Amino acid sequence: MSATASLPLATAPGRYRGGGLPGFGLSLGYTVTSLTLVVLIPLAVGLWQATDLGWGGFWHAVTQPRVLAALRLSFVTAAIAGAVNAAVGVLLAWVLTRYPFPGRRVVDALIDLPFALPTAVAGIALTSVYAPNGWIGQLCAPLGLRIAFTPLGIGLALIFVGLPFAVRTVQPVLENLDQELEEAAATLGASRLQTLWRVVLPAIWPAVLTGFALAFGRGVGEYGSVIFIAGNMPLKTEIAPLLIVTKLEQFDYAGATAIAVVMLVIAFLCLLAINLLQRWAGRRAGLA
Amino acid sequence: MSISARHISKSFGSVQALQDVSLEVPAGRLIALVGPSGSGKTTLLRILAGLERPDAGSGPLFFHGQEVSGLSARDRRVGMVFQHYALFRHQTVAENIAFGLAVRRRKQRPPRAKIRETVAELLHLVQLDGLAGRLPGELSGGQRQRVALARALAIEPRILLLDEPFGALDAKVRKDLRKWLRAFHERIQLTTVFVTHDQEEALELADEVVVMNQARVEQVGSPQDVFDYPASPFVIEFLGNVNRVAAGISGAALQEHDRLYVRPHDIQIQPQDVGGSGLKARILHIFSAGSVAQVTLQRLEGGEILEAEVARAELETRQLHEGQLVTLFFRHIRVFSTSGEQRWIHNALAPAGTK
Amino acid sequence: MPLMLQDPPLIRRALIAGALLVLGILLVVPLAAVFTEALRLGLGTALTALTEPDALHAILLTVLMAAICVPLNLVFGLAASWAVAKHDFWGKSLLVTLIDLPFSVSPVIAGLMLVMVFGLHSFLGGLLEGWGLQVIFALPGMVLATLFITFPFVARELIPAMQATGREEEQAAYLLGANGWQILWRVTLPNVRWALLYGVLLCNARAMGEFGAVSVVSGHIRGETNTIPLQVEILYNEYNFVAAFALAAVLTLLALLTLSAKSVIEWQVRRQRAHPEAERLTNRVPLHQLPR
Repeated sequence: MSATASLPLATAPGRYRGGGLPGFGLSLGYTVTSLTLVVLIPLAVGLWQATDLGWGGFWHAVTQPRVLAALRLSFVTAAIAGAVNAAVGVLLAWVLTRYPFPGRRVVDALIDLPFALPTAVAGIALTSVYAPNGWIGQLCAPLGLRIAFTPLGIGLALIFVGLPFAVRTVQPVLENLDQELEEAAATLGASRLQTLWRVVLPAIWPAVLTGFALAFGRGVGEYGSVIFIAGNMPLKTEIAPLLIVTKLEQFDYAGATAIAVVMLVIAFLCLLAINLLQRWAGRRAGLA
Repeated sequence: MSISARHISKSFGSVQALQDVSLEVPAGRLIALVGPSGSGKTTLLRILAGLERPDAGSGPLFFHGQEVSGLSARDRRVGMVFQHYALFRHQTVAENIAFGLAVRRRKQRPPRAKIRETVAELLHLVQLDGLAGRLPGELSGGQRQRVALARALAIEPRILLLDEPFGALDAKVRKDLRKWLRAFHERIQLTTVFVTHDQEEALELADEVVVMNQARVEQVGSPQDVFDYPASPFVIEFLGNVNRVAAGISGAALQEHDRLYVRPHDIQIQPQDVGGSGLKARILHIFSAGSVAQVTLQRLEGGEILEAEVARAELETRQLHEGQLVTLFFRHIRVFSTSGEQRWIHNALAPAGTK
Repeated sequence: MPLMLQDPPLIRRALIAGALLVLGILLVVPLAAVFTEALRLGLGTALTALTEPDALHAILLTVLMAAICVPLNLVFGLAASWAVAKHDFWGKSLLVTLIDLPFSVSPVIAGLMLVMVFGLHSFLGGLLEGWGLQVIFALPGMVLATLFITFPFVARELIPAMQATGREEEQAAYLLGANGWQILWRVTLPNVRWALLYGVLLCNARAMGEFGAVSVVSGHIRGETNTIPLQVEILYNEYNFVAAFALAAVLTLLALLTLSAKSVIEWQVRRQRAHPEAERLTNRVPLHQLPR
């Protein structure tokens, strides 16, 4: 089977740039173009229009008490919900990866429900359950605990939407965690708690932070699942995204954009900080 | 079909993978690119295939006198067997082998029956008759490799490239396949270039060996040539075991910075002082589980450690044992001087009377 | 599991019970509430609510939305993953971060940005209006909003899957004479088909269920610009709970269907795991944090 000339050889096409696989220019071009049209241009143009407001106008728009209250409410509840999610996420991920129990597959699949369920549906469902006359709400009412239409209800909705993020970041890390590490710690005389604290927790810590960051980021901007349960009282239970919608309905475009800019900037800074923290934690875990 | 590549350079970011490398392969030969990992051998192979583009300023690449530098990997008609075979995991063995024919433009595509026939022929050629319907996941490593080979041959390639063809196989299969590939090449006489980091494999299999190190070609030659006349300290250290000997050997015209090398089988051990210019040493350890015994020695002067190989029979007749004081003689010493000169010194250290 | 690592049964049971309790009050009870509320006045009433003209129109519009957005998303996902996973180029990690960007932008802000660009008060909006094309408070705006929100969905499933399968099979196919489309169709897609399917399903669920962004740009015009989630909101705010929950139940069923499909897909992928470089699903780890 020495090389035969049965096939005509392609003549050198001049535009061949060598190297990798075909279709690079086409696929990258399409990707960048559509990303620019659908995502980048709306974001850039929208933000650019916020500059119409000028610094003074911007400052005035975002320092109104109602705006400040809404921003504070959104960020604080998202942070608390993120922290709760991180803890609950570790618990769920641990139980799902370590303890076989009947129905585990179903539970595992159910974790993703908040991701697949439309937020408006989640909102009305949570509200009907936690309203004072709802299934769980009426159990809490005699205890003087009001959930729906209070910040507590907002937090609950945010925990709901953030749950899959917290579980799904920790779960694969726990799954891949070499059990020999725990066995080694045990042979070295560590108690189970010491092992968890000194071996397992440092290994999953970056993932826990990621889960927190994702749940937090999602929570700050969440709208659909919150507005039904929040009560939407200005200064008390009005979240920032809702205030944006309200301002839009009053044709206060500048005011709405100002809030959006603050949300984007703070969310971006928070995520950046958490990313750095996480990188630091990851390095430490890598060294350990 | 011959291959000629001239002045090829390639860098990935700040890493220089190939630096001004040239390669000439006569038609029908089996060539080994050998070197440690990171020496650039796989990069060179991928440049031949058209999977990497050489840096600007590199010279042209010819297959049988025709320049192919401007041809894409698709148009070069090169057969390549990847290190991990890259079999299409969702296609059967037969579909894998037929792939190159099935994707041809309609005019050049053979009819279905002809493709089936070719697949059967190739399966027979690589001795895998009867496995046509299997998926790659159901084959052993050696079988996968032969499927990859058959698939590469199906397009009647002008040259065949093999990347670490035995790298992913266990030791026993490796040996068998090596012999099989050698015989296979004798039969098909297709210009073949393969990459390996295993010097033994390269020397045993190839017509010609290209030794590479740090993005450059160190030496090209027949296996006999590169083994007997290594062109640089790197080559002698890479091809087989060798002792680097500090200076302090009298009787040879040596410069101060010359580098001296002795192969373990060129060290002769005498149990008692027999006169002559030998080195005094002590036996530290004898490992004698094979047909050849490995003897670890320490020179008295300077404390240098040397490895020698002695036939089992000789070990017994000379009654060598651990802790013994002995005299060493070197049959051949390879000398590399700083000026780039290289030579053999024969019997520089020899028992009295043999010089 | 090695015996040594088995935690005391009491602790094990307590933790499992805790996990189930959390899931129960957070997920299962609200899920049950949707169907209970929908069927409060019987199945007949619920079905009647679904066949109201406004409800039917909302269902139709939702399906139309998905029918437009999912294919566009699919093409984008294929192009993006082919470029990112099969090639090296300068600025790749920036591109990956940008692809993921819609995930970290609040849907309301996404909607707001579209209003700012295409609203009647803006230059572009006025221009388009002059040509008779209304974007905001009309279908085009809703499509754009949904596209924005769902943009990363297929790409983020495909990119890790394509990275996991490597490039050698594609290179081998290329050397054997296949052109780009043949490589994509015959070699790449069969290797990532489950990830592709999962991405499409998620994208579909989100396209049908998106609320915040669409709400901002739709204008809530009954019988015209209301998708199912928007119709749910209107009905709920009118205290027409049965109708609201009946429509919500439709979306909930879609979500449950998506989840079961995911379970089946995961099981399929796990079955393929025997192969060292089998495709995998991402579980929503940010793209830029995936192991390379």
